[in-house]
Amino acid sequence: MKQLIINLAASVLLTTALSTPVAAAQEPPGTVAELWAIVQQQQARIEQLEQQYQAAAASIAATDAKAASNQQRVTENAQRVADNTERVIAAGDYAESLANTRPTGSDWTEHTQIGGYGEMHYNNLSANDSDRDKKEVDFHRFVTYFNHQFNDRLRLFSELELEHSLAGEGKKGEIELEQAYIQYDLNDQHILNGGLFLIPVGITNEIHEPNTFYGVERNSVESIIIPTTWWEAGASVGGRYASGLSWDFATTSGLAIPTTGDNAFRVRSGRQKVSNASANDLAYTGRFKYTGLPGLELAASYQFQADASQISGDGLDEGQLFSTHAIFQKGWFGLRALYSGWKFNGYAVDAAGANRQKGWYIEPALKFKPGNYNIGFYTRYENVDAYRDQDQFDEWQLGMNYWPVNNVVLKFNYRERTHDLASEEGRDFDGFDLGMGYSF
Amino acid sequence: MKYFVSKQLSSGLFLLLLALSVYADSIYQQPEEFIAEIFADNIPEKQVLWVTTEVRDEARTVLGHELTGLRIRYWQAGSRTAWILDEIGKDKPITTGIVINDATIEIIKVLVFRESRGWEVKHPFFTDQFIGARTASDNRLDRNIDGITGATLSVQALQRQAKLALLLSRYTNSTNSNEAESL
Repeated sequence: MKQLIINLAASVLLTTALSTPVAAAQEPPGTVAELWAIVQQQQARIEQLEQQYQAAAASIAATDAKAASNQQRVTENAQRVADNTERVIAAGDYAESLANTRPTGSDWTEHTQIGGYGEMHYNNLSANDSDRDKKEVDFHRFVTYFNHQFNDRLRLFSELELEHSLAGEGKKGEIELEQAYIQYDLNDQHILNGGLFLIPVGITNEIHEPNTFYGVERNSVESIIIPTTWWEAGASVGGRYASGLSWDFATTSGLAIPTTGDNAFRVRSGRQKVSNASANDLAYTGRFKYTGLPGLELAASYQFQADASQISGDGLDEGQLFSTHAIFQKGWFGLRALYSGWKFNGYAVDAAGANRQKGWYIEPALKFKPGNYNIGFYTRYENVDAYRDQDQFDEWQLGMNYWPVNNVVLKFNYRERTHDLASEEGRDFDGFDLGMGYSF
Repeated sequence: MKYFVSKQLSSGLFLLLLALSVYADSIYQQPEEFIAEIFADNIPEKQVLWVTTEVRDEARTVLGHELTGLRIRYWQAGSRTAWILDEIGKDKPITTGIVINDATIEIIKVLVFRESRGWEVKHPFFTDQFIGARTASDNRLDRNIDGITGATLSVQALQRQAKLALLLSRYTNSTNSNEAESL
């Protein structure tokens, strides 16, 4: 061992001497004691290096072990992720299967819809004859729909209405069945309707939810001339085509216009509302409509009734209605225009001068969407030339609609009505109306 | 005379109904047929978009109601994604197929229309307005869609479907694919 140390010391000394030219210039150790001291120093250094090596080796071994442990954890976590993904997918499948499962006997809820609309009005109108002033609030209409699909091709539509809040003997309101018909799809373009339905004429006769038109009250032209809202019982067939052209043909019960009394020859008084309605003379109505350009609607309707009073020999015979309208909506700008006119034959209606009754209106409007609501401004001019003196007038309106959401509307309008005959000047009025309406 | 006219009219109506009932030029299309048509029979595998909280929150602003379901299925080929969406117009769901390509509406087609009004919205003269539409600010469409009188609810349903399809396509891998191709 001692010899080994000496040899090692000599090697170190030689290496040092060779590698350090400066050192070569130093004087070699002179005595064995000095040489032994150098050897001992080197031994100590070797031991130190050996310790450092051992420490490093231990550290490397520990790192390897840790890495192996981490790899094990990564593998385990990957498996957990895979397991959880499988559980989430299974939970999603199960949740969706529950959502698609319907309890037995509840199919009618899936195929039945309830809807409706309503409108409340406030009228503040001042007439030339102050006895005819109108300051009134009224829940004008409360309407409910019940629709049901029997299968993919056969469905029911119905509409029940309460007007003016209270109905009954001596009350101002009415409960009316306005629609109740079965619709059948003959094929993808053609439908067949049977029951009690709205006559296909005009603009507001079929579409009259309050959020679909301007003005608190519906326009007088359609109310007095057409007469909106007008429904009859019968059957109709219709076609709807990819070109945007559609047509409807209806055979229904007809009007029973009185020929005597205060309401003689008043078209609106001829509505029987399918209540034990006389069906001596049916009415035949046809309509063509074009909606092939988005924002544009053009339509024309014609109705023929052989006896508009349902009574032979009373002097009111044939009645023919012609109505045409245009609706245009492009960006902010909208325009509606409508003409409707009746032609009656018969000695009594001719003698009364009621054989021609007509009316028209035009309504430009601007509608904006500044935020999550809509606001529109309109003006409308109406001309009504019906039989009764009080139904011959011009009316001008200006107003706005505010839709906080699409199916709710708040309305304001100012209007002036001027009667044609001097005898009716007392009925001339102006004033404003406020309205609230909704549909769902 | 009146009876004769009624009899003639009734006979004519019967013959007309008979003719109409056998005339069949269907415009409806099954969702599977729509997918096969737009991918030219090279139908990609159906994929799933999970309706996360983020997707649900953003969809709510577009639809105005909660987006139903946990997952939405779609088809993807490259930058094109195809969606079959249901949205109620007035009473019943309208089923519409929509293809989004590079964040733009490429195809929109009403596959099933069940409403009582608004039949016009199922025809190209109406749906062509959506072709090329993109999302503007607040998830709105970048253009005005002209409506159909009396069919406002059906028109709005289609607008919601168009906006939803554009929104959902952003959450699919289609966006990532576009980025990969551009690198």
